Amino acid sequence: MVEVHSVSKSYGLKAVVDDVSVNIEKGKITSFIGPNGAGKSTLLSIISRLMSADSGEVLIDGQKVKETKSRDLAKKIAILKQSNHLSLRLSVRDLVSFGRFPYSQGKLTKEDHVYIDEAIRYMELEDMQDKYLDQLSGGQKQRAFIAMTIAQDTEYILLDEPLNNLDMKHSVQIMKVLRRLADELGKTVLIVIHDINFASVYSDYIVALKDGKIEAQGTVNEIITSLTLKQIYGMDMSIQEINNQKICVYFS
Amino acid sequence: MKKRYLVVLLILLSFTSLFVGVTSISPLDLFRFSDQQTQIFWQSRVPRLISILIAGVTLSISGFIMQQLSRNKFVSPTTAGTMDSARFGILIALIVFTAASPIEKMIVAFIFSLAGTFLFMKILDRIKMKDPIFIPLVGLMFGNIISSITTFFAYKHDLIQNMSAWLQGDFSMITAGRYEMLYISIPLVIIAYIFADRFTIAGMGEDFARNLGLNYKQAVNVGLVIVALSTTLVVLTVGLIPFLGLVVPNIVSIYKGDNLKNSLSDTALLGAVFILFCDILGRILIFPYEIPIGLTVGVIGSGIFIYLLMRRRDYA
Repeated sequence: MVEVHSVSKSYGLKAVVDDVSVNIEKGKITSFIGPNGAGKSTLLSIISRLMSADSGEVLIDGQKVKETKSRDLAKKIAILKQSNHLSLRLSVRDLVSFGRFPYSQGKLTKEDHVYIDEAIRYMELEDMQDKYLDQLSGGQKQRAFIAMTIAQDTEYILLDEPLNNLDMKHSVQIMKVLRRLADELGKTVLIVIHDINFASVYSDYIVALKDGKIEAQGTVNEIITSLTLKQIYGMDMSIQEINNQKICVYFS
Repeated sequence: MKKRYLVVLLILLSFTSLFVGVTSISPLDLFRFSDQQTQIFWQSRVPRLISILIAGVTLSISGFIMQQLSRNKFVSPTTAGTMDSARFGILIALIVFTAASPIEKMIVAFIFSLAGTFLFMKILDRIKMKDPIFIPLVGLMFGNIISSITTFFAYKHDLIQNMSAWLQGDFSMITAGRYEMLYISIPLVIIAYIFADRFTIAGMGEDFARNLGLNYKQAVNVGLVIVALSTTLVVLTVGLIPFLGLVVPNIVSIYKGDNLKNSLSDTALLGAVFILFCDILGRILIFPYEIPIGLTVGVIGSGIFIYLLMRRRDYA
């Protein structure tokens, strides 16, 4: 379980994350939603020790993140930030291999290669594993990065806007993979996501942030209501039930 | 595949290099050298070949490391002020210790080139405009500023003549006893190989590195020390060799990718072949005179550099 205890972070005078406490269930997909500048990405960065909080603490499976060695954490938690401006020419397989760095420190063993092959297969990248990343489309690239985090073999996978710049087909593909990661492999997935319908359809829990504070949290059914969404986004939405999925219509 | 050609080419060129020179030494004489020939062979030709190889290998690898750490394809010891800072260090050593020993010069020059490279990396962090072509321009300006400070002090202390010896890379002065310092670079190349994965991961960005549990700052620091020290050694023994660390890694990156562990041996080989070729060319073009290596590499290298810039525009 990830426990966030009254974490705050400010830039200058502006509190980006303001006294946030939240617990995240194991083996589920939790989506962080909220308007721009609500502090979602910052919170994710703090949980994954990419940033340090000004106050408060984060515990992963009861261990304080701040006091855990970075190398050990890398075997427990993986974070993928939006990395569209990658300047290095790496092959897909090389990239996925780097996921094994926390275990191998650069010297890949047989076991590492098994994990790498598995991750590539899981993301259906076999055909393009020797291609360079700059030859791939946005969706393929995103899949390659997710394959790397799978090879990293962590219990927790954090993704900062994984659907950014992807078309609908690829977005659905990515979300289905995340669903499988949670359902089949028992991974705990945390994502920052803008499209509330993707959050509604594919996640188990939703945490809504606004101005650095938690505005609402709960199951999809609890959060996807006209009233709660109005609180979060300040706009009227009608919620339609289609095939047992709650779909928000916000085109007024 | 390509590597095999490079190895063959390297052997051929090395062999040629040993037998090109004012005093004619033919491979046929190999087993019946006159005294004079033996002396020239061991005192001049062999040291020259070894120093060319080491300089080519280390400068190319340094360039590759810099390009990864700065995440910019056009950053190299030439375009980041590293070489100019090393030269400034040599001048300071000459001023402070009037008859500086090679080791003193090396240490002072190393400190300066390291400081200069760090400073450039700090400037890079501050620059908001991440246009890949803008950054090496900043580096060149930075290098030129340091270079003009060097000239100023050299002029004041009547050391202009001394300094110009380090301005233009030149292998013709290399003889036994004057190049051995370059051997220090060999362990550096080994360290570079051990750290190759770390450099590549660091090149993917600080967040990416931290996610994988890599000590980002340590990797960057090790990389910059390797770059600064090996550049210093080359500048001290041979002089400035521009563009080598820029051109070679870029060519290797095109056909071999940026995973340093895969590309390191190709970079080393191509670097050695390239500089050896330029040196032989410089020796035969106006035979029996010589064109210094700094000039031949500079002309050919900058030509390739321009080509790379244009190419970049095409697919960027």
